Amino acid sequence: MRAKYVLAEMLVGLWRNVTMTIAMIITMIVSLSMLGASLLMYMQVDEMKGHYYEQVEVSIYLEKSIQDAERSDIKSKLDSDPLVKNVLWETKEMAYENFKAQFRDAPDLVNAIGADELPESFRVALHDPKKFDQINATYAGLPGVDTVVDQQKLLQKIFDILGSIQNLSLVVAGFMGLAALLLVANTIQVAAYSKRREVAVMKLVGASNWFIQAPFVLEAVFAALLGSILAWVMLVVGKVVLIDGKLAALTDLLLPVSWGNVNLMLPILAGIGSVVSAVTAWVTLRFYIRV
Amino acid sequence: MTKTYPKASRPSLDDVSVSIEKGDFVFFIGPSGSGKSSIVKLMLHEIKPNKGKVIVNGKEISSMRSWKIPSFRRSIGCVFQDFRLLPNKTAYENVAFALEVIGKSKAVARRVVPEVLELVGLGGKEHRYPHELSGGEQQRVAVARAFVNRPLILLADEPTGNLDPDTSIEIMRLLDRINRTGTTVVMVTHDSNIVNQMRRRVIEIEGGRIVRDQARGVYG
Ligand SMILES: Nc1ncnc2c1ncn2[C@@H]1O[C@H](COP(=O)(O)OP(=O)(O)O)[C@@H](O)[C@H]1O
Ligand SMILES: [Mg+2]
Repeated sequence: MRAKYVLAEMLVGLWRNVTMTIAMIITMIVSLSMLGASLLMYMQVDEMKGHYYEQVEVSIYLEKSIQDAERSDIKSKLDSDPLVKNVLWETKEMAYENFKAQFRDAPDLVNAIGADELPESFRVALHDPKKFDQINATYAGLPGVDTVVDQQKLLQKIFDILGSIQNLSLVVAGFMGLAALLLVANTIQVAAYSKRREVAVMKLVGASNWFIQAPFVLEAVFAALLGSILAWVMLVVGKVVLIDGKLAALTDLLLPVSWGNVNLMLPILAGIGSVVSAVTAWVTLRFYIRV
Repeated sequence: MTKTYPKASRPSLDDVSVSIEKGDFVFFIGPSGSGKSSIVKLMLHEIKPNKGKVIVNGKEISSMRSWKIPSFRRSIGCVFQDFRLLPNKTAYENVAFALEVIGKSKAVARRVVPEVLELVGLGGKEHRYPHELSGGEQQRVAVARAFVNRPLILLADEPTGNLDPDTSIEIMRLLDRINRTGTTVVMVTHDSNIVNQMRRRVIEIEGGRIVRDQARGVYG
């Protein structure tokens, strides 16, 4: 009976200022989906780091004019190098095959490159990818070596860009979150004001504080739950339409966003949204409804 | 005890000491602004004294923890000059609301509310809204709401302030009946007629000090 009363009061309250409720829910959707997107990106960058650093390599490109003796000399040096985990010799033909596979969506590019125009190379995996400088010092000057390239540096640039996008979306999510918070506080104040007579009588006859405050707090939590479900729907739509749809080519490089991570956002957003709204509502009421 | 409101230059209640026995009927009288309503507010823990103690039903409420106040207030009924009824609820619903919000079931309300409305003389008008009732009838609803929990104390701050003399007398009879059930009644008024008729204990306040405390007193 108490629960029924509280729930009924909550629904009536939400309906009474329906425009305010809608505004509150919309800002919650926006801020929570931004938050969800940046959390997803955070997880994604983490996974990508693991994935790419595992296979990060130093490429030692060889000159076209390299002699067999020079090549085997370099090879044996690499084989006995304690910094090196393993070595793969990529011939011109293999390089061309890999290139074709990687750019299969761009046949013009593939056609423009001849089968033996790509350099052969040693792909070297290091025990510690940070020791690139030592490798560079040892091998760059050897006869037959063209250049030594650290792929980690390339990756680092990509991760830096992703990192700044992520920080930006966190900042935007923060501002939107603040707006949502103020709207919650405001909505609760309006709700408390429109029920001031009831609240005064309740205090007079000795209704407990939680009983007076619960309908208001639940209003905020209800809006937050609705907002977080809709925010999650936005993320799902985002994944289907953007990540798996229009940007599918990119995800070869950036790894696909897994459903597991997207679905994990629902409880996370619902949890964060409802706790933050409940606390905001409760604090607002502390100031607004004094005993 | 002493009560000085924030920013006030002098105390509204200045070193006042009163003791009211269980079952008493007490009038607080005095000019406007003398501190009568402040006494009611202190007994409800709406305000706290700056010095001294307020003891109600054997409990020192001036130092009571705020979460205990609601259950304390359930032992007190209150009536005010402006009735404080909910305009969108009928007489029945107004009284039932007071039960509902302290966790009583609808079944209890169905049993108790008609009884108490009958007691205050509103039998047959349960389903009228406040605007369909006269001032006296509205105050009866308020009394019913204050009394429905069978409080130990009934506080009434100028309950007849908005009523004509005849209606006032009727409300007084009602409060007297309630007092006879064993409920302590503390009433603030400056209606000399009523005080003179009732011949109960009268405590007169002026400028925040008690100037008279007389059993079976009369007004001024
Ligand atoms: N909230 C308040 N803040 C400051 N002063 C107040 C407040 N309430 C009452 N007072 C002052 O306290 C004095 C007593 O007020 P009150 O108890 O309401 O008197 P009464 O009910 O006898 O008319 C008055 O001088 C009034 O101005
Ligand atoms: Mg007064």
